Amino acid sequence: MASEGAQGGDGISGLRPATGELIIAIGVLLLAAVIFWQTAIIPVSPIYAKVGPTVVPYITALGLAALGLSLLYAALKGGWQPDEEKETVPDRPALLWVVAGLALNVLLITYGGFTIASVVLFICVARGFGSKAILRDAGIGAAFALIAYFGFAQTLGINIGAGLIENALNSLFGLDPGS
Amino acid sequence: MDAFSQLMNGFAIAFTLKNLMWCLIGTTLGTAIGVLPGLGPALTIALLLPITFKVDPTAAFILFAGIYYGAMYGGSTTSILLNTPGESATIVTALEGNKMARSGRAGAALATSAIGSFVAGTIGTLGITFLAPVVVELALKFGPADYFSLMVLAFVTVSAVLGSSAVRGLAALFFGIWLGLIGVDLQTGQARFTFGLQELLDGINVIVVAVGLFAVGETLYVASRYRYGKDEIVPLQGSLWMTREEWARSWKPWLRGTAFGFPIGAMPAGGAEIPTFLSYYVERKLAARPEEFGKGAIEGVAGPEAANNASAAGVLVPMLTLGLPTSATAAIMLSAFQSYGINPGPLLLQSQPELVWGLIASLFIGNVMLLVLNLPMIAIWVKLLQIPAPLLYAGILVFATIGTYGITQSWVDLVLLYAIGVVGYLMRRYDFPTAPVIIGMILGPLAEQNFRQAMTISAGDWTVFFTRPLSATILVLALLALAGPKLYGLWGRPKPDHVPGDA
Repeated sequence: MASEGAQGGDGISGLRPATGELIIAIGVLLLAAVIFWQTAIIPVSPIYAKVGPTVVPYITALGLAALGLSLLYAALKGGWQPDEEKETVPDRPALLWVVAGLALNVLLITYGGFTIASVVLFICVARGFGSKAILRDAGIGAAFALIAYFGFAQTLGINIGAGLIENALNSLFGLDPGS
Repeated sequence: MDAFSQLMNGFAIAFTLKNLMWCLIGTTLGTAIGVLPGLGPALTIALLLPITFKVDPTAAFILFAGIYYGAMYGGSTTSILLNTPGESATIVTALEGNKMARSGRAGAALATSAIGSFVAGTIGTLGITFLAPVVVELALKFGPADYFSLMVLAFVTVSAVLGSSAVRGLAALFFGIWLGLIGVDLQTGQARFTFGLQELLDGINVIVVAVGLFAVGETLYVASRYRYGKDEIVPLQGSLWMTREEWARSWKPWLRGTAFGFPIGAMPAGGAEIPTFLSYYVERKLAARPEEFGKGAIEGVAGPEAANNASAAGVLVPMLTLGLPTSATAAIMLSAFQSYGINPGPLLLQSQPELVWGLIASLFIGNVMLLVLNLPMIAIWVKLLQIPAPLLYAGILVFATIGTYGITQSWVDLVLLYAIGVVGYLMRRYDFPTAPVIIGMILGPLAEQNFRQAMTISAGDWTVFFTRPLSATILVLALLALAGPKLYGLWGRPKPDHVPGDA
């Protein structure tokens, strides 16, 4: 169409495949494939042959596959995101802090209990949002978690995850840990 | 009229001390989460779903409705003072409201938005009172095929019409439908998509999905671009008492906004974005001084704010009468009904009159409470905006953990929560709307149930959806809705941005 070199970077960038969008489109297609495969292994009794448990799952898989193809086409044509959005690089360290907080929370909550896990999560997330006052964050997080724990245990009788700290405090004050 | 005496009974229920207290808690909490960026009514109600095991349904729904209405009021405060819309429905309010605040007229902007919300909320609730019984009459004629078609219409409109792209909206919807399919199929007892995990047999809890998308995904997204923009809070300036001129310029936009908001909200399509944008354009066209638009025209706050609240009221009509949620918040309320074993639908008004009318009456009361909470006490809410983001988002994630792991003690739920959070982040990053996921997840199984019933009645004849006149009409509407945005796009409306805490 336009002669080479006459076009500025702006015009060309619209035609290059967009990596992020491409990954998303492939992800949608993969999900469609997984749904299709998982539907195929659902055993169907002949009584329900007409409107069995697989009809809607198949429609879902087909729908996602069609949409995934449409997304793939859009991604190959340069993606659907506006340019300013594409140029905004996500703040990786911030994301890593938050993700680390979530991962540690999962690991700590079963063994360390709700308060310990929450304080660690609190510190990591606050750090991700640029807070440098670790001690302040730890204090606020601990207060927050303890109020939540004892609030739930005492008013609703719900144990939201007792662990080391909670059990120690419960036995110290002779409280019922809830169920 | 009969609705009137029913409503009086409702007031008798709502005016008990206990229910007034639930209403006050709901409206206060709703205002707070509406004001706070990153929190929305869908997330809040999801986190509070476990109380359905502890309190009676009337009290729970008065609480939830208070949160729902309150978030609409609180959201406008954030839009005006922070220019970061707290709710997607208040984007338009930010256009003029923030300009007014910057020119020292924050007081008047907050006043016209609160009073406009009150006017619209009250008229909208009146609308529910008289429209609901009419819709019920109509809905009693619906068969499973008609219901299925109606759900298809709702699917199409909430995902394809309201967002910025039909393809991405529908992809989000289908993802939600799939999440809803996970677990044991109630008709055949067959497990679907459980990947051999015992925990998935009962299906994925909607709390996990809502909190994952709206709290975890949102926090990840905000963290990923937090350092690029610092929002600046405009201090509260100007009298909260509107001048005679401001009243004169406000009252007509309130009424017109309500006239747009309620009917559009009450349609099976729902959504507050279209009526708020419509109201904005109409006010700009009709304004005596259109040149003020873009610089802080009070009409541009009054109209859209009223439209927003009226449509919030309208959304409750299909939810209560048809069991058809058209927003994420309504979908989560529907799942609260399900956890009580109550089926919202045309029979709800007969089987649970004290619940429905008590709820409607409490909406009137809640509106009065919200007017008081949001005008004389506005300074308290402004303080909430000063909570530093690191603490706010850290707190949100701790709460998210309580709401999921804390209640079920299931490790699988916690991992799922975070996995869905990552999906939510990617959806936000690549501009997929998240509300259709929730709606698909709640409404999908119901649509499947109606689909199978219709197919069983017709003995497996697929054409049943096109030969029943009602069903066929609705499907044609759905098709039009799918093609409609192309025509609508010619209007050149600014694309509504996706915003935090989307309801």
